[in-house]
Amino acid sequence: MSQATLGIRRISGHAGPAPGDDVERDYQVCKLIDTTTCIGCKACEVACLEWNGYTFTDTVFDNSYQTMPETAWNYWNLIKFNEHEREDGSITLLMRKDQCMHCADPGCLTACPADGAIVQYTNGIVDFQQQNCIGCGYCVSGCPFDIPKFNPTTKKMFKCTLCVDRVSEGLEPACIKSCPTGCLHFGSKDDMKDLAETRAKQLRDNFGFEKAGVYDPAGVGGTGVIYVLHDVTNPEAYGGLPKDPRIPFLVRFWKGPAKWIGNLAMLGGILGVTLHYLRFGPKQVDAEKRENGGQP
Amino acid sequence: MSVSHVISSRRTGDETEGRILRYTLSERVHHWLGAFTYCYCLITGLAFWSPYMFWLAALVGGGPTARFWHPWLGLAFTLSMFWMYKMWRRDMLTTDADRRWSRVMKYYVENEDEKLPPVGRFNYGQKLFFWLMFYGVILLLISGIGLWFVESIPWSLRWLRYLAVTVHVVAALATIGGFIIHVYMGTAMVRGGFTSIIRGEVSTVWAKTHHRLWYEQITKGTSAQK
Repeated sequence: MSQATLGIRRISGHAGPAPGDDVERDYQVCKLIDTTTCIGCKACEVACLEWNGYTFTDTVFDNSYQTMPETAWNYWNLIKFNEHEREDGSITLLMRKDQCMHCADPGCLTACPADGAIVQYTNGIVDFQQQNCIGCGYCVSGCPFDIPKFNPTTKKMFKCTLCVDRVSEGLEPACIKSCPTGCLHFGSKDDMKDLAETRAKQLRDNFGFEKAGVYDPAGVGGTGVIYVLHDVTNPEAYGGLPKDPRIPFLVRFWKGPAKWIGNLAMLGGILGVTLHYLRFGPKQVDAEKRENGGQP
Repeated sequence: MSVSHVISSRRTGDETEGRILRYTLSERVHHWLGAFTYCYCLITGLAFWSPYMFWLAALVGGGPTARFWHPWLGLAFTLSMFWMYKMWRRDMLTTDADRRWSRVMKYYVENEDEKLPPVGRFNYGQKLFFWLMFYGVILLLISGIGLWFVESIPWSLRWLRYLAVTVHVVAALATIGGFIIHVYMGTAMVRGGFTSIIRGEVSTVWAKTHHRLWYEQITKGTSAQK
């Protein structure tokens, strides 16, 4: 997507290490989303569309304030609205900005077979390169957050780029810039973690949210997008944020051991028939047998 | 006499001057339709399988083109396989003779065919390959549809997405194993087999040597029997 002048750490579907791996040492970038101060205004949704050049499409009403049920190939940023019943029986509205999490261990990149279709920059941004994408949809199976989406017209996959084009020029992502309450922050991963932990402590100590905490799931090596949640023990309540996201076991098996078992088996098969030919040779119905009327 | 004349004028089993029609035109066409579509799916599938084989996609027009055609050619392969099932399913049933043959299969592998009991139109190994491909293609079809429309599998049933990639890979590898042996035996090992699936004919001697029961069955009652 971008033409960013960023160092590349990993490349999907690539034989051998990424060129220039570890040459450049950027700091990790991170987006912090404080769900406790989000008012659901959707300014970030509009800013995302505007910066990335998509027009506002039809909304899909699904008995909530949500613009549509899921993110789409041309709608990368979606606030998920969830009614939640508190312990005292009262109702609260949980609002969470949903988008690509920019995992340190990205399932999409692990699953992708196309050389260079998904790159992870040294600053942590995971970005799709549509010119290399073959549209197979393996990233859909690899992603623990259900983020990559297929454009049926161009047959390419799309998702949030963390505004890699802006970030590489020293700007903050468009969604951050548009947020009126300051619930969105952008900076280095260390700074955002500090800020998030401070806010969580504030919520625990001063606002009675005893379970408030920071969502930065270790199962995918941490993420480039972290949340402050009122109740970090129940992320599922925020529109299905997975409690312990991981690259699915079968995807890991498929891209790990199965690859080597399968390749060895195929090589073994070719080697086996070659050796058989050298040892036993062909079955011939030769002239001698022919004279015998086919009697062996 | 020209080969084409024999093919155009003879039905299965008719014998003329030591030549026998082993595969009808329809059988040959469906075999090669299956072979072509399978090879396409194999080449493109291997490209998607490993980064070290992604270059194979360039042979068939690049990654996006390969990705576009792989499922369609896969469907064509499925159809040809189902047609082969329709044509051959009776010939492919395992018989008592097959079971006796399978117990001494090592003589077949070691080219000591004279120690083997006589076999019918297809030997037990051919039947195993047929059923491997038949059940393989069913698994490939079901899992392949899952991969094709992966976004249509709801998030709550996402285990189906993971199962689809796994089943597709395991089934494909199993068919590749059979395919390697099939191609080796059909071209290098059993001489005469490759021409029989192209032009349809084998020699009487070939038929007697490799498929004696079939030979006896189709020549029964004809004056040509020696």
